[in-house]
Amino acid sequence: MRYLPLTADDRADMLARIGAGGIDDLFVDIPNAMRLTRPLDLPHRQTELEVTRALTRLAAMNATAGAAPFFCGAGAYKHHVPASVDHLIQRSEFLTAYTPYQPEISQGTLQALFEFQTQVAALTGMDVANASMYDGSTGCGEAVMMAHRVSRRRKAVLSGGLHPHYAEVVRTNSRMTGDTVDSMPADPRAQEDVLARIDNSVSCVVVQCPDVFGNPRDLAPIAEKAHAHGALLIAVFTEAVSLGALTPPGEMGADIVVGEGQSIGNALNFGGPYVGLFATRTKYLRQMPGRVCGETADAEGRRGFVLTLSTREQHIRRDKATSNICTNSGLCALAFTIHMTLLGDAGLTRLAQVNHAHAVKLADMLAGVAGVEVLNETFFNEFTLRVKGDGAAVIETMARAGVLGGVPASRLWPGAGLDDLILVASTECTTDADREAFVAALKAAL
Amino acid sequence: MLNNQGRPTAPGAATAADTQTFTGNRALQLEEALIFEIGRAETTGVDIDAPAPFASRLGRHARKTPPGLPGLSEPETMRHYVRLSQKNYSIDAGLYPLGSCTMKHNPRLNEAMARLPGFADIHPLQPQSTVQGALRLIEELGRWLMELTGCPAVAMSPKAGAHGEACGMMAIKAAIVARGEGATRTVVLAPDSAHGTNPATAAAIGFTVRSIPAGPDGNVHPDAVKAALGPDVAAIMLTNPNTCGLFEAHVVEIAKAVHEAGAFFYADGANFNAIVGKARPGDLGIDAMHINLHKTFSTPHGGGGPGAGPVVLSHRLAPFAPAPFLRREGETVRLVEDAGETQAFGRMTAFHGQMGMFVRALTYMLSHGQDGVRQASEDAVLSANYIRVALSDLMSAPFGDRMCMHEALFDDEWLKGTGVTTLDFAKAMIDEGYHPMTMYFPLVVHGAMLIEPTESESKAALDLFIATLRDLAMRAKRCETERFVNAPTLAPRRRLDETRAARNPVLKWTPPKPVAEAAE
Repeated sequence: MRYLPLTADDRADMLARIGAGGIDDLFVDIPNAMRLTRPLDLPHRQTELEVTRALTRLAAMNATAGAAPFFCGAGAYKHHVPASVDHLIQRSEFLTAYTPYQPEISQGTLQALFEFQTQVAALTGMDVANASMYDGSTGCGEAVMMAHRVSRRRKAVLSGGLHPHYAEVVRTNSRMTGDTVDSMPADPRAQEDVLARIDNSVSCVVVQCPDVFGNPRDLAPIAEKAHAHGALLIAVFTEAVSLGALTPPGEMGADIVVGEGQSIGNALNFGGPYVGLFATRTKYLRQMPGRVCGETADAEGRRGFVLTLSTREQHIRRDKATSNICTNSGLCALAFTIHMTLLGDAGLTRLAQVNHAHAVKLADMLAGVAGVEVLNETFFNEFTLRVKGDGAAVIETMARAGVLGGVPASRLWPGAGLDDLILVASTECTTDADREAFVAALKAAL
Repeated sequence: MLNNQGRPTAPGAATAADTQTFTGNRALQLEEALIFEIGRAETTGVDIDAPAPFASRLGRHARKTPPGLPGLSEPETMRHYVRLSQKNYSIDAGLYPLGSCTMKHNPRLNEAMARLPGFADIHPLQPQSTVQGALRLIEELGRWLMELTGCPAVAMSPKAGAHGEACGMMAIKAAIVARGEGATRTVVLAPDSAHGTNPATAAAIGFTVRSIPAGPDGNVHPDAVKAALGPDVAAIMLTNPNTCGLFEAHVVEIAKAVHEAGAFFYADGANFNAIVGKARPGDLGIDAMHINLHKTFSTPHGGGGPGAGPVVLSHRLAPFAPAPFLRREGETVRLVEDAGETQAFGRMTAFHGQMGMFVRALTYMLSHGQDGVRQASEDAVLSANYIRVALSDLMSAPFGDRMCMHEALFDDEWLKGTGVTTLDFAKAMIDEGYHPMTMYFPLVVHGAMLIEPTESESKAALDLFIATLRDLAMRAKRCETERFVNAPTLAPRRRLDETRAARNPVLKWTPPKPVAEAAE
């Protein structure tokens, strides 16, 4: 077996040195009746060539974003990732290192995380950020639990513009702990009255911007009322590139900002692995979940970095920890920070402009199509379409014509009466020809 | 023998260790500033043309000032991160015996397969008819996991080990609530030796943790479990093989006692690498176990993730598995995303789990086959015992001569009176070119040193590692304390001040104060 260096002779020598008669002597603690003696019902080993063939065959059954006019969003976005990003994250020293428990020989990972935290804090307009969460949705769940610890209350208000998977993660956590969740109904036109739900019993209000239907939201009035009632505002985003074009949540008074960082540096990957971004105010730092990297000095006075504030964490605090998180999303955070470093202010701003321009173009083209309505007054790179008929059937028909035309709302809110809505995103990866193909396929499907 | 008449490059003639350089660099060890110190706001390493003028639809939500992030050109970016990478230890560079973490070889075929566009460039919400190959891959990985563990169901979506623990414990909570015992069964038993994530997970889900002691042989004993069981107990969380590197010899009897008391058995699968193909947790009587694909099945650790933590479930817990899950309908694999009227306890995450890790793990499994995965576990256990025996005359083992599983545990009894601590010993290993073992864990063993070599090391590599530790151990016993308390001296950094980092947290870069202000 090509991954196992020991030879038969090595094994025999080693067993003799141990004083064991055979390999099963090492497994003596497994009760006899429980030892597996039959072969497993699984295939035999395969060569690299055979494995490559088998998996390439499976991969070929899927329609890829890069090979079609592609307009899906709703929490995961197709963006171009520079070749240098994927090269760098595959360097052995990043790819095959563990969590940086020994800082003297982990400064590479640690400095990159310190830079990542600085970038995330700047992008969101917040004081501090952690070294990443699994993804945006689980980060959202952690943010609500953090708000409960800070406010010592146990009721979360979820905006109807919050991604329904994120909302379901929060509800699942809360069901386990007996906490209250006030979930507002899906709100395609951003007309809901969040303010009316805020009173002195509320721990936090969770609002997504742009919301899942693509509408940017003004968070400032919500922050103001939440703070007046001793509640926290948790701002969520699923499209990190939007932060290059929209007012950052920190400027609008958010107490915790949590979002999905996939858009920068990371491939679609059918939903994972992604990277959760998590930022907050300094005063809440010690209630923040997750790993944190901090600056310090070594014995010679040179600047260096370490994982810090571990007294919040599970390996020290056990059942009193702020979170059970251990492994997070280090390599995806590295991809994020490398791509962000390549972009800088100038690149990010232009990338965001191009995304917005492409979505505007598509919306303008759709304004002339009979039986189709763009619901959004404002949007970044994603908006909601109302079509005549069933959105899922339209998307399926478009897919048969080779166009991946977006996400039908019924996929996210089954049975909620939103069957005629489709969420459509147009990033920098879409061309004029793609948009024309979209419009043609849509017309044909209606 | 030093020849003073020889050329200046003769061995021993150069004593350059203390050379101070202008740059602070030491040849291949290159100091590297932060991107905020070298980048420029107007610089970018990505060519993007500004769009033609158009009517913005951002309304009043447009950002007024840019975030203030510097950019680097591509060559500068390459250099920055390559230099940073050179300050990291990695499996590819050397033996990484971090106990409980299973730092095995990460095959590059895994990386290549995960990057096939058919897996990497597909959207989680594109029509299911267009991703049947991806769904089949998840189904096949699930089949492997069920067969390897002897469990009838698997939840694929958890994103890491601790997330898998949460998933399993939530399924247990849901099953208990469905039985009408949600208000009464509120206690979870866990041994003192458990990973910190176990009690943290139980507490996050609203359980109270009750500790159970292990016996002097390192095993949890059925009597201790029975004494702690009662009508208030929801579950036991047990790692097997346990964190002392030992197989829980009484696991079957413990499972029986737990079930008779109406509770569930959660197994922490972090150490599954020891027993793949040798014993199946489902046969031992467990109800739920997470599997760290980033440990046992070789997906890379990436400097702290991403991981993946699918959870196998018993018949009793299977109905409560979270959404989404797969359902086979003839030739079609359907992903059920809306739990609807089922008993599913909810949802762990957006979308369907760590697809990128699934591809890597299945690639590993197909490469090894049923015979190879068993051989890998046997080699891992063999290597750990080889190390244990080879060091047993110099270092003290808390559980005597007992066979270990895939990791060998030592305590610091043998360091008494030397002035050298476990930490010092670990830091001295860094100077020798090794990543230290896991230190001070499990908590139940004083000054613990947990060594997990994995199956990826050749005998020559193991022998050199053993010889190195023996040399260090003898130096410690000879009280060559200086060498240890000052270590590491040869790494990119000396010991770092962790107290200062925690007391006065500096978690991001801030621009230096202007000189006049700084002088005040």
